[in-house]
Amino acid sequence: MKIAVASGKGGTGKTMVAANLALVVSQSCEVTLVDCDVEEPNLHLFFGGAAATTDVTVPVPVFDLQSCDKCGKCGGFCQYGAITVLPDRILFFPELCHSCGGCTLVCPKGAIHEEPARIGQVTIVHPSPWLTLITGTLDEGKPHATPVIRAAKDMSRDAGIVICDASPGTACPVVETLDGCDACILVTESTPFGLHDLHLAAEVADRLGVPSGVVINRSDGQDKKTLEFCATHELPVLMTIPFDRMTATIQNRGGLISRQSPEWQGRFAELFARCHNLIRGSQ
Amino acid sequence: MIRLAVISGKGGTGKTIITATLPHLLHQDMILADCDVDAANLGILLAPKRIHTEPFYGMKAAVIDPDLCTRCGLCFDHCRFHAVDPGDQHFRISPIRCEGCGVCSYVCPADAIRTEPRICGEICLSSTAVGTLAHGRLQPGSGNSGLLVHAVKKTAFGKVQKEDLFLIDGPPGTGCPLISTITGMDAVLVVTEPSVSGLHDLKRVIAVARQYAKRIFVTINRFDLDESMARSIELWCTQEGIPVLGKIPFDPAVIEAVRNCRPVTGPATSMAAQAIQALAAKIEQELKVP
Repeated sequence: MKIAVASGKGGTGKTMVAANLALVVSQSCEVTLVDCDVEEPNLHLFFGGAAATTDVTVPVPVFDLQSCDKCGKCGGFCQYGAITVLPDRILFFPELCHSCGGCTLVCPKGAIHEEPARIGQVTIVHPSPWLTLITGTLDEGKPHATPVIRAAKDMSRDAGIVICDASPGTACPVVETLDGCDACILVTESTPFGLHDLHLAAEVADRLGVPSGVVINRSDGQDKKTLEFCATHELPVLMTIPFDRMTATIQNRGGLISRQSPEWQGRFAELFARCHNLIRGSQ
Repeated sequence: MIRLAVISGKGGTGKTIITATLPHLLHQDMILADCDVDAANLGILLAPKRIHTEPFYGMKAAVIDPDLCTRCGLCFDHCRFHAVDPGDQHFRISPIRCEGCGVCSYVCPADAIRTEPRICGEICLSSTAVGTLAHGRLQPGSGNSGLLVHAVKKTAFGKVQKEDLFLIDGPPGTGCPLISTITGMDAVLVVTEPSVSGLHDLKRVIAVARQYAKRIFVTINRFDLDESMARSIELWCTQEGIPVLGKIPFDPAVIEAVRNCRPVTGPATSMAAQAIQALAAKIEQELKVP
């Protein structure tokens, strides 16, 4: 069973929900938590343990200038503008390359082969016997997040319950994270920003056919518009977390509320049960 | 003209509310752009009046003609993006996964695949009380957000006449939309918050910003939620030679302002409004905006 935690708007509390949920569920069964916010991964700040790291690479073209006759077919084929063939040399811009392999296919001289280039890494830690944390990290300055997300998700393949923490937004990194998930928790806050972006994120989940429910975070009681939106769009409200300075402080310092409070353990266990219902209801 | 982008690394630190408030405090002619194209919120606070909208074409997408397809599977074998779905009846391309590379079309022996232009969102130009605003809307679930950022910036530049400042509300993260946003900027203002996540993400986004922008400034939002954490951030910035231009306190007036869809320029008694005013003065001083 695979659950994604997404939001549209940043800073609504995705990571906090994913971390607490994983911690509580891992007390009774095996859980793999995957940090798919590879541009700014934060889950590792809340869990310790010895780390094992592997590189994430993508294939990029290497040009054999001996056999190349500068015909320009590779540059003409590349849709991303990553290759410019000049009379005396070839300019390759790795940050524009999508690793489609097209240039190697179209080269009539067989002068292009591919070599792996590092764009990030995946780190695995085991904070407790039943909890595994897999963190994808995109190297600073590298543009393409999706191969790193894919690599991190691939490592979780065999585990029982998988919880994926998505990046903010609604573009390809979120699609890559939600792809193949059985349910999606959308974390929001009761402001026009939160509601606007919740709407967009719910649309992505819907397009991918992933049933979703909503967690309202930092609630100050003025949730009417969010609740109306959820009712209209048939999105169940799975949990409401009130704003509390103490909770914020625990979180800001790298702590988890369910580690310290049995009440919160119970509430996150309930959230998990509701995710189960969400999946059952959609089948 | 000075080009300034407000960015953050971590989402939800207050980029948009600060970006929307600055124009009311900086006494400059300016042009604005919302480059957080997949969750654009600047318009919510600036009451934009739409002048012009045009479709945004992203990368082309491949389409299989089922009448010509022989189900040979070569496209499936060659697609690196897992976009080809062999299906029960017909091979089809998932538009959400297709990155428009054209490899499937090239390898197809039956000439059954063509690539077609695809609309991935829209590019908009609006007028607001504080200046012209270029913004975009990416279709939820589309790729191409970096391309749309580029298109929004280009639209804004096309409208520049004699403005002194080009102010951008940037996206969170460090990947392609962020890089597209900060490319060619004179300065970036990074909005952070006093938390372990805030500091971690600040360090990463600054490492990226150093590769693309000339000058980097930091402001700490909601600093009083954890003053010792805020001091750690200030210390790190000092060590790195990055000026911290201001600290903004936690203030329920900010949430009220957002709920009312307006910037934090309200009563002068608001602590956050005063702090943003001081921040604006320092930005003016640093950038020597005429």
